[in-house]
Amino acid sequence: MSNPDNLKYTASHEWVRVDADGSFAVGITDHAQEALGDVVFIELPEVGRRYAQGEACAVIESVKAATDIFMPVSGEVVAVNTALTDTPQDVNGDAYAAWMFRIKPDNAADTATLLDAAGYADVASDH
Amino acid sequence: MQSTPLKMTPLNAAHRALGAHMVDFGGWDMPVNYGSQIEEHLAVRQAAGMFDVSHMLAIDLHGVHARSLLSRALANDVAKLATPGKALYACMLNEAGGVIDDLIAYYFREDMFRLVVNAGTADGDLRWLTELNARFDSGVTIQPRRDFAMIAVQGPQARERVWQVWPETRAATEALKAFNGAQVGGEFADGMIARTGYTGEDGFELVFPAPQAESIWNRLVAVGVRPCGLGARDTLRLEAGMNLYGQDMDDQVSPLDAGLAWTVDLKGDREFVGKAALMARPQARQFTGLLLIDKGGVLRSHQKVVTPSGEGEITSGTFSPTLRQSIALARIPLGIEPGATVHVNVRDRQLAARVVKLPFVRNGKSLLPA
Repeated sequence: MSNPDNLKYTASHEWVRVDADGSFAVGITDHAQEALGDVVFIELPEVGRRYAQGEACAVIESVKAATDIFMPVSGEVVAVNTALTDTPQDVNGDAYAAWMFRIKPDNAADTATLLDAAGYADVASDH
Repeated sequence: MQSTPLKMTPLNAAHRALGAHMVDFGGWDMPVNYGSQIEEHLAVRQAAGMFDVSHMLAIDLHGVHARSLLSRALANDVAKLATPGKALYACMLNEAGGVIDDLIAYYFREDMFRLVVNAGTADGDLRWLTELNARFDSGVTIQPRRDFAMIAVQGPQARERVWQVWPETRAATEALKAFNGAQVGGEFADGMIARTGYTGEDGFELVFPAPQAESIWNRLVAVGVRPCGLGARDTLRLEAGMNLYGQDMDDQVSPLDAGLAWTVDLKGDREFVGKAALMARPQARQFTGLLLIDKGGVLRSHQKVVTPSGEGEITSGTFSPTLRQSIALARIPLGIEPGATVHVNVRDRQLAARVVKLPFVRNGKSLLPA
C-alpha cells in the first residue's frame, strides 16, 4: 500500500492528518503495521494530557513485539479511538483508517517539521 | 555488525516467492510469517500448516556403541527405545547439570540412531558429542546430515494431506504412534517420516534429501497445506507448553527448574553427564503457565513475576490466538498452586495473572479450567 499524499509522517512511523477543525489525527503507517504483524493490544493516551513532540504517548503490541507510539508534534490529546481497544487488528486491516488519537497542536505550523509521503517513503525503505 | 551472510535453507527461494517476511533467526534467513501469523496459527489448529525446519540438524550416529554413548550423553534413558523407529525427547546436559540442548533421539537399528537438534546449538552439540565419543571410547561415527531438509506438517488434517501426496507412504506411516518415525525410501531416501512436532497437534515431520525440498514443499502447498512461519511456530509451541531452547532453558538452567523433570531419568545406576550435579541440586523453581487476567498488554520474556513466595520470571510470553488472551511460561518459586493469582510487571503496571497447568491447548482445544 502506498502512503497517502494528503498525510504527514514521522521518521518513527506515525502518520498525521490535519483535519478541517485544526486538530491532528494520528495513527501508525502501513509500513509499521506490516513490520509489527498482527496487532493484539493498544494502550491509548489519556484525553486531556499534554505531550511534547517525540514523547512516548501510547503503546501498540503485536503478537511479536511491543512498541511505543510517539507524539508527532507537541500538543494536547483531545480524543482517542476507543474502538481500537476492542479491535486492535483494525490497524492491520487499514492503517490509514485506524486513527489512534487526535491532538490539538500547540503550534499548527509544526507540521513543517514532519515528512511528506515521498520523504517518509525514503525512511521506510531504509528499515 | 552483521558480517557473516545469513545461512539459507533449500526453501529460501520458495519462501520469498510466497511473499514471506524474512528475519535473521540465529544466523538463518527464515520466514517469520507469510502475512498473518494468527491465521497461520489457526490453520494449524484447525486444518494443516507446514514449517520449514531445515535449519535444525539431523545427526546420525553409526556404530555398535551408539546406544551406550547416548545413554551417557542424554538425561533421558535411551533404554526406552526398544522398537525400531521409536523416538525419545531428551536433554543433553553439561557436567554442571545445565542444558546444552534439547533434542529428539530416534532409534532405527542397534548401530544407527538419529538425533534432531536445534539450529543454534548444532555446532556445539557436534563438538560435545565428539568429545564424549572420545571420552567413553565409543567409536561411534558422528554424521551431521546437512544434506537433509526438513518440513513439519502439523494439524488435524496433516497426515491425510501427506498421504494424499504420497499414498505409497501410508502403509508404513499410518500405524505410527506419536513419537515414532519410519524410513520410507522414495523421495525421502534415508530420511524419514516421523509422527512428531512442536505444535500440540497431530502431524508428521518429513526429513529428506535437500534437493527434493522445493518439490515436496510445492506439492504440499498444492493440496492445501498452509505455509507457516516461525512466528506461528512460537505461539503454537507456547500454547502447547513446550520449551524453547535459549529462552525457557539454557546451559545455565537445570532441566528440573525448566519443567523438564519428566525427561530426566534418575532411576537406577545409569551414569549420565550432569547426573551428579542434578542429584546434588534438587529442583529450586517450578515451571508453569501464566494466563493474563488484567488488560494492559502482552506477557513477554524477562518480565518479573511477583508472588507471595518471592519473585519469578517469565521465560516466554505471547498473545495466544486460540485463547484470545496473553499467556506465558514462567519460572516461579515452588509451592504456588495452579489457580493462584500472581502479578506481572508490564511497563509501569502490575497486572494480575493466573497460574495454570501446562499445556494451555492440545489438539485444537483449550485445556483451561472452565
